[in-house]
Amino acid sequence: MRDVAIVGVGSTQFGRAQWSLLKMMCEASHEAIQDASLGDRKIDAVFVANMGSARNNRMAGLASALVDRMNLYPAAAETIENGPASGASAFKMGFLGVASGFYDVVLVCGGERMREVNNLEATEFVSFLSHRYAEYVYGVTLPGLAALFARMYMERYGVTNEHLAMVAIKNHANGLLNRKAHIRDSITMEGILTGPDAINNNPWVSEPLRFYDCCPVSDGSSALILAPANLAKELCRKPVRVAGIGQGTDTHAVHERPDPTELTAVRIASQKAFHMAGLTPQDIGVAELHDAFTILEIAESEEAGFFPKGEGHKALERGETQINGRLPINPSGGLKARGHPVGNTGVSQLVELSLQLRGDAGKYQVPSRPKHGFTVNFGGFGNNVIATVLSEGV
Amino acid sequence: MIDELEAMLRPPVLEMAPYPPKSIVLANGQTMVVRQASIDEVDAMLRIIQPVTWLNRDFYDIVSARLFAELLGWKKYRVRNEYCLVGTVNGELAGIVNGRMFDEQHGVSYHTLALKRGVRVGAHLFAAKMEHHIEYLKQDEVWIVAESPIGHRRWMIEYPLQTKFEVQHELGGAPSWVLTRDTYFKAKPRLVTGTRPVPPELLATSYPIREPDLQTMLVQIEDTLEARI
Repeated sequence: MRDVAIVGVGSTQFGRAQWSLLKMMCEASHEAIQDASLGDRKIDAVFVANMGSARNNRMAGLASALVDRMNLYPAAAETIENGPASGASAFKMGFLGVASGFYDVVLVCGGERMREVNNLEATEFVSFLSHRYAEYVYGVTLPGLAALFARMYMERYGVTNEHLAMVAIKNHANGLLNRKAHIRDSITMEGILTGPDAINNNPWVSEPLRFYDCCPVSDGSSALILAPANLAKELCRKPVRVAGIGQGTDTHAVHERPDPTELTAVRIASQKAFHMAGLTPQDIGVAELHDAFTILEIAESEEAGFFPKGEGHKALERGETQINGRLPINPSGGLKARGHPVGNTGVSQLVELSLQLRGDAGKYQVPSRPKHGFTVNFGGFGNNVIATVLSEGV
Repeated sequence: MIDELEAMLRPPVLEMAPYPPKSIVLANGQTMVVRQASIDEVDAMLRIIQPVTWLNRDFYDIVSARLFAELLGWKKYRVRNEYCLVGTVNGELAGIVNGRMFDEQHGVSYHTLALKRGVRVGAHLFAAKMEHHIEYLKQDEVWIVAESPIGHRRWMIEYPLQTKFEVQHELGGAPSWVLTRDTYFKAKPRLVTGTRPVPPELLATSYPIREPDLQTMLVQIEDTLEARI
């Protein structure tokens, strides 16, 4: 396989889109193409990540539409749906296309416009990914699954609501520095948990998870350009190498897992990604984890190997995951504050990581200028997970 | 002095207990003062509301336009037994709620307008409005309708309110829902918060009502509504 690099990145503002899904995707793609300085070089293939456009936006065949709208003919076009891991799946397919030599230049674009429907419908649409007969028909939603997971985790490992709030406060503070983040408002422990008014500021969503333990419903699009390493040096001043990708799956229904507090697919995906990269968790200087719910950031940080099982919340207490800590997690604000346009999220995580490794993250740049970064894109409720390791330079 | 004709045009008014001010610490750590507004402050509020009436987002246009008319009706003595509560943060207007006494036992909720979004200002102010009707005006029930899906989720589902479809709410539109004393006191521990008394220096920050930065307010209303998966 050839070495592959990210040679251009782009992203829209996250939040509530003023424009159509396709227009958002064009904006992000255009920014990535400009960033890559492709010149006259053609894009060979376009991989689009999306989860719900057919339902929420009455649009299908997004990749074909993007090629047409951006005049990228005759590029091959594929739309990838893999739940909330669609973004990393599309990225993986693009990577394989370039690494195999089948394509040279690939555009990977994630896009989701969830705010076109109301938040009850958005919750319903995301819950389609649960097991149809064991979970969905009983009214299970993703906050519900996350709450069950959180309750077990809290009882077993001593994680408290205060730890969950610390994740939210950290990621909101980071999001405040990211001008493209959906939520740009700081929150305080008194305001969301310990103060007398917190009960109304931060109501239960699904006990033990509160409002600020859950990510927002966001619109947004992100895009990146992949090219073989030898070409990357011509196209980009600061290419970022795709060092490792790993994927793992687990049972569809959460209750069928021997221990539901184990995120086996995260562990397997992470191990594979580190193996491919020839690196260990200790080599990683920045991570973008899939914090759709605050508990997931803690649990994923353990399963990925950054902290021993059951000790992620202690690292949080010590400030190790702060932007200036030993391992900054979600300096972009994460899903919690940057936003979570579900099908797009995997791409946006890789865009954010690329900016960090290039030193281009601006106000939320990790001060230690890390050489290697890591992402977890969490599909289903942990039943299909993709981990990626990116490294500075080629 | 008012002339005889004007006196005939003005409705008789019930005696209404005042709403004692309270302070609420918001999620972002800022403190919101919630207090009763006076008729003298209507003009300041109208100036702030007016640009919002053109905002076709989450029914802000209809809510603010009707609130504008209700406040003007109050100022001009054309609405009976109306009151208005405001929330201010650092002296800037963060939200407005209003309603009126239909009679001694029944209250009518009019509108809830959050100008500062994303930190549940509307939820706090609506709760203050219910507190006023039940605890200070000593009423038995409050008739409520929602004009937006957000309002329906906040009031009808979150409290939860009961239907009272045999009553046609004054705002027209959908039939009434009702908050009873029983519903209120069940919901109070999780929805009605705030600290009294408000220290005089903090209360003083809420006078006079100041206009939030217009651009910030409009962008916030347009873009930063938070909904959760």
